[in-house]
Amino acid sequence: MSARHDHGHRHVDDPSHPHNAPLSEVELRVRALESLLTDKGLVDPAALGELIDTYETRVGPRNGARVVARAWVDPAFRRRLLENATEAIAEMGFIGRQGEDMVVVENTPRVHNLVVCTLCSCYPWPVLGLPPVWYKSAPYRSRAVIDPRGVLREFGVDLPDDVEVRVWDSTAELRYLVLPERPPGTEGMTEDDLAALVTRDTMIGTARVAAPGT
Amino acid sequence: VNGVHDMGGMHGFGAVVREGHEPVFHTEWERRAFALTLAMGAWKRWNLDTSRFARERMPPVEYLAASYYERWLWGLEALLVERGFLIPEELARVRAGIAADRGSRVPLQEGALPVAAVPRLLRNRRAARRDDPVPARFEVGDRVVARNRHPTGHTRLPRYARGRRGVVARDHGVFVFPDTNALDQAEKPQHVYSVRFEARELWGPDACPRDAVYVDLWDDYLDSA
Repeated sequence: MSARHDHGHRHVDDPSHPHNAPLSEVELRVRALESLLTDKGLVDPAALGELIDTYETRVGPRNGARVVARAWVDPAFRRRLLENATEAIAEMGFIGRQGEDMVVVENTPRVHNLVVCTLCSCYPWPVLGLPPVWYKSAPYRSRAVIDPRGVLREFGVDLPDDVEVRVWDSTAELRYLVLPERPPGTEGMTEDDLAALVTRDTMIGTARVAAPGT
Repeated sequence: VNGVHDMGGMHGFGAVVREGHEPVFHTEWERRAFALTLAMGAWKRWNLDTSRFARERMPPVEYLAASYYERWLWGLEALLVERGFLIPEELARVRAGIAADRGSRVPLQEGALPVAAVPRLLRNRRAARRDDPVPARFEVGDRVVARNRHPTGHTRLPRYARGRRGVVARDHGVFVFPDTNALDQAEKPQHVYSVRFEARELWGPDACPRDAVYVDLWDDYLDSA
């Protein structure tokens, strides 16, 4: 797609903006900015399309789920993952922007890990994709550090007092991935089937992996 | 800056609201604002810390009212003017939603991100880590205290940790220092540590005695305790 992005058409997969609705202020502003930067030769519209497509269709939490499943079935990989997450994850091909330096923290029956970025919205893009709105929201950013158990209860995770909660505030360029506990009843499952059980929230630490059939 | 972006520990924002089957982007303008930010970042006229600092300079009332990509857009617009890509009059027209005159389009400039370079940009494995042989001031297990400092520029030392005591849990190696890097002063590479702060040290006796917050902090944020 080397042609200029067509500003005249509407994207059909944009349910918040039905056809013929007037453009909002921010829509007009972004369109004006893009057309100006394009006219000045500062951005390639095709590059914009490629950037969007990468994170909309190719990079997402299925990557992280494959890392988790591999760690569950391969003890040597799990060890490498906990020792040097960046290199272990790179073995699976998940590298790059906002995942240059990775740390994996492991949930156990005694320790539950939760990841936040209180200062902005740092998130491990190569393994989880772009963050959901709630992760970037003021309620999550403000409360995850001072009231992690309350936040977890809202997500349906009620932790007993004897479980230690460790909150990881992503204040530097390290990006965190939680290795959730493998649920009981999954002993005979394949790596692919295990990966299908692993949701995005289990790798942020706001959910536990549900046993199959629950 | 002691800004509203530094949200850790604040009250009053309510419950965490989740959306079922959330799309990656909610509107077309979010897609474009995201991509424009990455594409203009590829010019390397600013770094990651500069762009974070730009968003942090959004007036606090606007920041809290804005959505995530509105903040990105605000930061991008500020940098485009500060770094000479746009003149203030052009930005004013953009903000008024007035599209550029399409008769004057020029070819893609040297330094811009062509579509063919996108995969390499996104798979780049090197960002803020440095190989400089900087000695570590602390070792795992050392007791440290986060400095009580309130710079008016950029910092990644959150307010809730300032003046609090913790223990070095991990040495992540050497990284550029955001406080100076955001101002294009110097990279000042130094060690970054995960420092474990007990929840009670941060939040007082009502916090759960087992719980802890790990904060990634640079050498210059810490003193020996």
